[in-house]
Amino acid sequence: MGDTIILAHGSGGRLSRELIEKKFLPIFANPFLGKLDDSAVFHACGRLAFTTDSYVVNPIFFPGGDIGKLAVCGTVNDLAMSGARPLYLSLSVIIEEGLPLKELEQITWSIKKAADEAEVTIITGDTKVVNRGQADKLFITTSGIGIVPPGIDISGSNAKVGDKILLSGTIGDHGIAIMSQREGFQFSMSLLSDCAPLNKLVAEMLEVSPRIHCLRDPTRGGLAATLNELAQQSKVGIVVEEAQIPVKEEVRAACELLGLDPLYIANEGKLVAIVEAADAEKVLQRMRRNIYGKDAAIVGEVTEEHPGKVIMKTTLGPSRIIDLPLGELLPRIC
Amino acid sequence: MCLAVPARIVSIEGTEAETEIGGVRRRISLALTPEAKVGDYVLVHTGYAIGIVDENEAEETLRLLQEIVSLAP
Amino acid sequence: MIGQYRGSADSERVTRSRVVKFIDEYRNSDLAKKLARTIASRSSRPVRIMEFCGGHTHAILRYGLRQLLPTTVETKSGPGCPVCVTATPDLDKAIAIAHLPNVITTTFGDMMRVPGSYSSLQQAKAEGGDVRTVYSVADAVDIARANRQKLVVFLGIGFETTAPTIAAAILKARQEKIANFSVLCLNKLTPPVMKALLDSGEVKLDGIICPGHVSVIIGSHPYEFIPRNYGVSCVISGFEPLDILLCIEKLVTQIENGTPTVESAYTRGVKPEGNKRALQLMEEVFEIDDANWRGIGIVPQSGLRIKSNYEEFDADKIFSIKLQPSREPKGCRCGDIIRGAATPLECSLFKTICTPESPVGPCMVSSEGACAAYYLYGTEANSFGLSKTKKLHSETK
Repeated sequence: MGDTIILAHGSGGRLSRELIEKKFLPIFANPFLGKLDDSAVFHACGRLAFTTDSYVVNPIFFPGGDIGKLAVCGTVNDLAMSGARPLYLSLSVIIEEGLPLKELEQITWSIKKAADEAEVTIITGDTKVVNRGQADKLFITTSGIGIVPPGIDISGSNAKVGDKILLSGTIGDHGIAIMSQREGFQFSMSLLSDCAPLNKLVAEMLEVSPRIHCLRDPTRGGLAATLNELAQQSKVGIVVEEAQIPVKEEVRAACELLGLDPLYIANEGKLVAIVEAADAEKVLQRMRRNIYGKDAAIVGEVTEEHPGKVIMKTTLGPSRIIDLPLGELLPRIC
Repeated sequence: MCLAVPARIVSIEGTEAETEIGGVRRRISLALTPEAKVGDYVLVHTGYAIGIVDENEAEETLRLLQEIVSLAP
Repeated sequence: MIGQYRGSADSERVTRSRVVKFIDEYRNSDLAKKLARTIASRSSRPVRIMEFCGGHTHAILRYGLRQLLPTTVETKSGPGCPVCVTATPDLDKAIAIAHLPNVITTTFGDMMRVPGSYSSLQQAKAEGGDVRTVYSVADAVDIARANRQKLVVFLGIGFETTAPTIAAAILKARQEKIANFSVLCLNKLTPPVMKALLDSGEVKLDGIICPGHVSVIIGSHPYEFIPRNYGVSCVISGFEPLDILLCIEKLVTQIENGTPTVESAYTRGVKPEGNKRALQLMEEVFEIDDANWRGIGIVPQSGLRIKSNYEEFDADKIFSIKLQPSREPKGCRCGDIIRGAATPLECSLFKTICTPESPVGPCMVSSEGACAAYYLYGTEANSFGLSKTKKLHSETK
């Protein structure tokens, strides 16, 4: 095998087989994939959660992770946001001809590592290769299946007036980490993407309280988008306090430089939980004992006023509306 | 108009400087402020230092603010 | 801006609340509230103040300063939004260039979504144009250096804060013989448009919040004609909440005393004579010409043009574009809003047809634009159903 991916690697012939057997299988090594059947067959009992997502991040390697880690964590987290215990993932890759094999290997190991941490198994997959220029290096699609334990009913429409709003940690890390790598921005910092699997954190939170009404991970559009979605889905108002929202110094600084607001910037390892008020403090304490919740905070609460709208009390005192972000965030000059 | 943030000059190489704000470092041009020195805080607008922050005036402004509010009824 | 990151009261947790110097000190909420009360105590009659700069509109709304200020102080946004005042034919020219093969069009992010007559830079990109957002004009020069076989055009918008950076970039390109770099120069000047607005008499103003970073470059002298000829007070302001409140305090004091003059509330950044080096570079590369301002029309001597001895960097001379007739969006009141003659709330398209996802005019697209700022941050407390006496539950803990 040469040192770059060529079209033949995706055509189903000898090179395809070699790629799967010599590169992917040894890394993932499990009985499902080992069978090399067209589909994976398994038992599952109970209420199932099912999700899918595609990952097209650019650059494919970024501080704190890569597209592989993102593809596992993103889908695991989507399952976790329903309270599900993630079980199995499918992994489809579309590779642009010319991608160095070394990079593909590195990403494959990332996928493996993330899957191991999340305790999920990749049981089926697909590989395609397209002509140069028809995909931006690598696109990944993962679908995930999980089991929702009995008695758990978590949904964006379940928020109740009086509930507290918990945030698992600092916001804006992922988006800024990505932006720092883009051509033309080049600022250097020690900031890493927060990309992480949150299923264990969620399981621990549910152990402490079954009265978690909503869970959502604030990815694209940031915390602002997520809070707005929840307010609208549940038809309630949300009030948050700016001073309680944790933001890393470097994210603040980068946002100052670029004229951006951390509220609208993507996160890949954070969650918002809307919890019944009586249980909020103990859920918070439990979150803080998990590495992915160590900076957790209660940032606001659900109110019956201004349903569907999110209001933030600023550090200066006055309140203002937080609306959905204006669109793709582009740094401004003015 | 326009967004400019105060960043500290960490090092200078020719007409460029490495600046730091809140842990973030960015290389900028000193073409508009060739007199800037290491340790100065400069106002950075789109990758150029447009002016040097006058630290004495900065303190004076804060003092003035305190004075104004203390005189208020 | 998001509050400082704080840890809990637990002794195990590290409390990180480092101050970002020359920013955080000017966001002190205690001082802000006291200063607002001082302004209220000084302000005996209604006054109308224009915040010239889009950055100030943005800051005023974002920090909720309107809610702190007494109702006697009315602030109106002005034409200081480089995106908003770019005339449609100029934008159409940029978009046409962006469609050309073998050309890399570089621009500040602000311009990407602004609708031209028929298209936008973002659409040109989606249709195959090589359009790239950059943080700095220097990055555009880097792109030109790395892509010698292509023509790299930089969309030069902005006021006097940005113009010297573009001049510096052109000089650098000449020095390094980067012949494939050019600038579509749409830079505009602040004092001439202030004069045009005051001359028109359309909006009666008592004071102007002068743009802090433009003033870092031009100094305070260029505003002196305003109090002298029009009796309007001018105070230069920085962009932090305390800077803006201090500026308004000074304006109200001047107005109450009937002593209009030019003052600075941003002395840590602005010298009266400005930045001489920056002005020198501008003088070297640019000459002043009439300019077409969206919503205002031609304002004499209000724009910059690249001098003929630097014409190899002038995209206007390099590319001859045949444009279709430009057209303005129907019902759009950006022009009125830019001149301070209307607020976004008075535009019937605001939030109904014109939204950030489907903007009709530039004021909604640029986050500096008044409409975008109003959309993002809401307006008076009453508009989002909060009564002034409402206490948040958490406040009572």
